[in-house]
Amino acid sequence: MTSETIQPPKRSPRRRSFAPRYPGWLTAPSLIYYMIFFLGPLAILVVFSVATQAGFGSVSYTFSTSQFKALNDPLYIKVFRQTMLMAAGGTALTIAIGYPVAYWMSRYLTRYKTLALLLVIVPFWTSFLIRTYALKIILDPQGYLAHFVEWTGISSQFNVLYTGKAVAIGLAYNYLPLLILPVYASLERMDWKLVEAATDLGASPFKAFRQITLPLTLPGLITGALLVFIPMCGEYVIPQLLGGGQFAFVGTVIGSNFLGAQNWPFGSAMAIAFMVLLSIFVVIYIAFATREEQFGA
Amino acid sequence: MSDQSIDYDVEFRAITKRFGSLVAVNGVSLKVRKGEFLSLLGPSGCGKTTSLRMIAGFEQPDEGELLIGGSDAVGIPPYRRDVNTVFQQYALFPHMSILDNVCYGLKQRKVSRRERRAKAGEALELVQLTGRDSHRPAMLSGGQQQRVALARALVMNPRVLLLDEPLGALDLKLRKEMQIELKRIQDQVGITFIYVTHDQEEALSMSDRVAVMSNGVIEQLDTPRAIYDHPLTAFVADFIGDMNFLEGRVAESADGGYAIDAGEGVVVRGRGHPAGAAIVRVGIRPERIVVERGNGSGTANSARCEVLTKMYLGDQVQLILRLANGSEFVVREQRTSAAPAIDSLEPGDTATARWDEAAPLLMADLQPQKDGE
Repeated sequence: MTSETIQPPKRSPRRRSFAPRYPGWLTAPSLIYYMIFFLGPLAILVVFSVATQAGFGSVSYTFSTSQFKALNDPLYIKVFRQTMLMAAGGTALTIAIGYPVAYWMSRYLTRYKTLALLLVIVPFWTSFLIRTYALKIILDPQGYLAHFVEWTGISSQFNVLYTGKAVAIGLAYNYLPLLILPVYASLERMDWKLVEAATDLGASPFKAFRQITLPLTLPGLITGALLVFIPMCGEYVIPQLLGGGQFAFVGTVIGSNFLGAQNWPFGSAMAIAFMVLLSIFVVIYIAFATREEQFGA
Repeated sequence: MSDQSIDYDVEFRAITKRFGSLVAVNGVSLKVRKGEFLSLLGPSGCGKTTSLRMIAGFEQPDEGELLIGGSDAVGIPPYRRDVNTVFQQYALFPHMSILDNVCYGLKQRKVSRRERRAKAGEALELVQLTGRDSHRPAMLSGGQQQRVALARALVMNPRVLLLDEPLGALDLKLRKEMQIELKRIQDQVGITFIYVTHDQEEALSMSDRVAVMSNGVIEQLDTPRAIYDHPLTAFVADFIGDMNFLEGRVAESADGGYAIDAGEGVVVRGRGHPAGAAIVRVGIRPERIVVERGNGSGTANSARCEVLTKMYLGDQVQLILRLANGSEFVVREQRTSAAPAIDSLEPGDTATARWDEAAPLLMADLQPQKDGE
């Protein structure tokens, strides 16, 4: 008997997959663009933030954390807090307006759903700046709205422009579509039989909403809320135009450091610190997003 | 049965429900007895689900009266009705545990936490699903989810339990198991079950009474046996089981018997009185027909035919025959012996189909609906 050596199994003909496979280097152009124009500025910002100011508008590249230490000042902490509070207020107002609109579109519109969606997006086709100026005209104490409000007697003095209210209205108006769309998407995926089941088991419509619809659309609501909250925090134009410069947002202060005081290292440090702060919210968002996948509601 | 001695849990009085120009339920009257298992059976779009949804309170009737437990229920929202529903796709709350799903209704009633848990535990035991309390619905199989949906409704101890094709999403084997389960549970709890289905076998095997619906009306309401043995209309006869139809002129009618000439020497002799019309229709169940080889004589209830197709259905052999007058008949024989007589016939053979006088059922045309009871 001859002892057979164990032959390695013959390689079976490669299983062909008909899914197209593209070579990895095709991503190179996007990656290069991304590195130059996104990571590049970010790197410069980091370098500036640990440098020091050497005279008006020039930078001395010596490592120092003094810029970050300088941030720990009641004045700047107040700006950070005010920015977050204004953005939170704007987000709350956006939710208060956006959720009912999305709910109404998803549940009660049948034939005109697409049209309604289009109308939600239409303002995005006009320049953000122009729309904010338009809002300024509407909120003007001498404007038609002011006259109307005073005529109806709701308020004898329509003084909204250059107040926190005007900033909140401007924020809510500009970011509304960013909230409506994800909330609408989550409502579209909602199984309304569940609400029927809840009322069948004795829940009033309000309770059914709170216990069933809201938790199941919460992932969409959180996505939308973060999608509006984060850019609201970085808002620059709206507090300038509608707050009359009385509401210093972090963005305003950073801008004045770069353009006015020409203190680039301090402006950079402030920008980095704020970025880290906002990242915390992004982390929360990712945590929720993965939870959403778990029960795929 | 006398009306006075029976209590009704649900009563429809000439209820009509429209959706736009479509009449989903058309003047239906129905009385559901306390503790009975009643099925609403019919093809899709016959109005059975709409009827159920009106009892649940998800739809309101346009006309007529609806009584639940003897009192007017029109306009009362679902959350104030003493009925609960088991939904077709279970409709379990995906973000809650099994236990929280079952406890949900009791929580709305503000039952204490301890009592909720005790009752939910009992309900889950009743449907034989224990040890899954903390699972999410998505982690359970279809059959298990069905049990949770049942427990969630039963724990409320409603006056009436509504079941909307609850077994529709399950595979055949599981469905048969659940049919037996449902019947057992109903016997155990004694709650009135109203069961919507399009599956005639399901309705016949579980129900005390079956209401066969078509085009928004109840065609017949009776016990499963009566529905199968004495269908009142051609629709019921055709929808429940298989039926071979013959149409013809009444040749004679006397003394509770009649003869119908269906043409080409096919003569049907049966019992009963053909009502009025000169042309009547009779139905004969496939299992009531015997097929024999050879060219039989052209006497009554014995028809010459040709075998068109032969099929094995596992436990039965089925033949499709063409009678001398052109009608097609389905005939089946149980394979109780190794070689059933019917098995010797092959397509193309000439044979004789025979039945006895009790087999032909006279079909009435659809009559104005009688008050269901």
